[in-house]
Amino acid sequence: MTTKYTKDHEWVSVAGDIATCGITAYAAEQLGDVVFVELPNVGRIVSQGDEVAVVESVKAASDVYAPVSGEVVDVNEALAEAPEGVNEAAESTGWFTKLKLTDPAELDALMDRAAYDAYLAGL
Amino acid sequence: MSEDTSLKTTPLTGLWQSMGGRMVPFAGYLMPVQFPEGVMKEHVWTRESCGLFDVSHMGPAFLALNDTSLKGDAAHAAIAALVETILPCDVAGLAPGQLRYTTLPNASGGVLDDLFVGRPKADADQGTLYFVVNAGCKEQDFAIIAEACAGKATLTRADDRALIAVQGPKGGDAIGNVGDGPKRLGFMEFATVKGPYGEVVVSRSGYTGEDGFEVLIAADKAEAFVRTLLATAHVKAIGLGARDSLRLEAGLCLYGHDLDETTSPIEAGLAWTIQKVRRERGDFPGAARILKELSEKPSRKRVGLLPKDKAPAREGAEIRNLAGEKVGMVTSGGYGPSVGGPIAMGYVDAAFAAVGTELDLIVRDQPRRWVVAPLPFVPHNYHRKG
Repeated sequence: MTTKYTKDHEWVSVAGDIATCGITAYAAEQLGDVVFVELPNVGRIVSQGDEVAVVESVKAASDVYAPVSGEVVDVNEALAEAPEGVNEAAESTGWFTKLKLTDPAELDALMDRAAYDAYLAGL
Repeated sequence: MSEDTSLKTTPLTGLWQSMGGRMVPFAGYLMPVQFPEGVMKEHVWTRESCGLFDVSHMGPAFLALNDTSLKGDAAHAAIAALVETILPCDVAGLAPGQLRYTTLPNASGGVLDDLFVGRPKADADQGTLYFVVNAGCKEQDFAIIAEACAGKATLTRADDRALIAVQGPKGGDAIGNVGDGPKRLGFMEFATVKGPYGEVVVSRSGYTGEDGFEVLIAADKAEAFVRTLLATAHVKAIGLGARDSLRLEAGLCLYGHDLDETTSPIEAGLAWTIQKVRRERGDFPGAARILKELSEKPSRKRVGLLPKDKAPAREGAEIRNLAGEKVGMVTSGGYGPSVGGPIAMGYVDAAFAAVGTELDLIVRDQPRRWVVAPLPFVPHNYHRKG
């Protein structure tokens, strides 16, 4: 399984042609307490960089972008009842969507963990 | 990332940075929006225990009569007459030591700012008034006050001092260390207190819906005072994020959002801030519109709103009736940690302002069902003398 990161602080973890996507622990920490997550409908086709979800903290709403292109095949319904799951485990059980990849080559341009950590260190 | 050096700091900025406060620009100042615990915990802590807020960005000031030959009630009457030309508040009728919440209306009955005005308690201080205005309105307000009093009274800014809000049910215990005076104050009373931190102005007031105090203290004494309070088990530093969620739950207006130059105090539900004697005289700016709305009812009203589902609606969200027609706009929206869900305030056409009215709020182009709810969302817990 390969995990890659975007400059907008999304992560994407790929197994076969399925990409599990979420926001990074850094993003969750910056947002603060998450109180609502709006997820896309299963079946929606998204392009890399499209707004695919919305995450709301006490103070503000933020867009979550698709780190890669694909078809939404699953969403994390648990976040509807327990949005604080994003703060508790942003990079595992706090995932947002599963996408069926349409252009796996997009992954090559994303950062690996070391590159993302270096990116964070420079912020 | 370099910090914006054009931002002003408060006497406590360094302390907040050392405590891990997340510093953001607010009204020209570098202020902590939250501490490491986060908005939710800070909010709940304030409701249950005691939160300490740096509000030194706000605009405290003293206005003193130039003619010092006047004493006592005569001095107060003279200074009240000057500011009643610009305020719809019964300033003359303030008791010694009393504070009132009021608005600064423009000529067309809109609101230029909301503010506090107080009459000092001490005989020697009659002929002086204490003001606290909003950070973003300071220059405008002070200019208007100074112009209204030109040659007759002098405004002295006190925004070089620190202003610290101590809010919550345990605030009275926390504040005891500035002297015995504060705990004897009733809600909306203030006093000058001399104690271990020099001369401080303490009011029993706040912006959270809880009992609490606001303390105006010399800049060089502020950090020691705050450190002493924070060393007690029931006091924590709270950021502006929780200040906003606390005031929204308490149904209190935020200037520039729930009040502006187009909204009248009557539309905003602030008729109670215009005392009978001033309504009868009708001698304040904007009186034509304000008195008309008092007698005929305003065409729109500020209301509370609660959702049927869990999606927050933010400032600027359009409000539609169930026929899909626009009937208003959200002016403050967020999440109420003590309510346990989203809350909002907005203005709606008067026909849709009754509690229980169902409306659609447009969130990301989708209508979501909300219901007009009574304000405040969380009951006020102000101090009552007994």
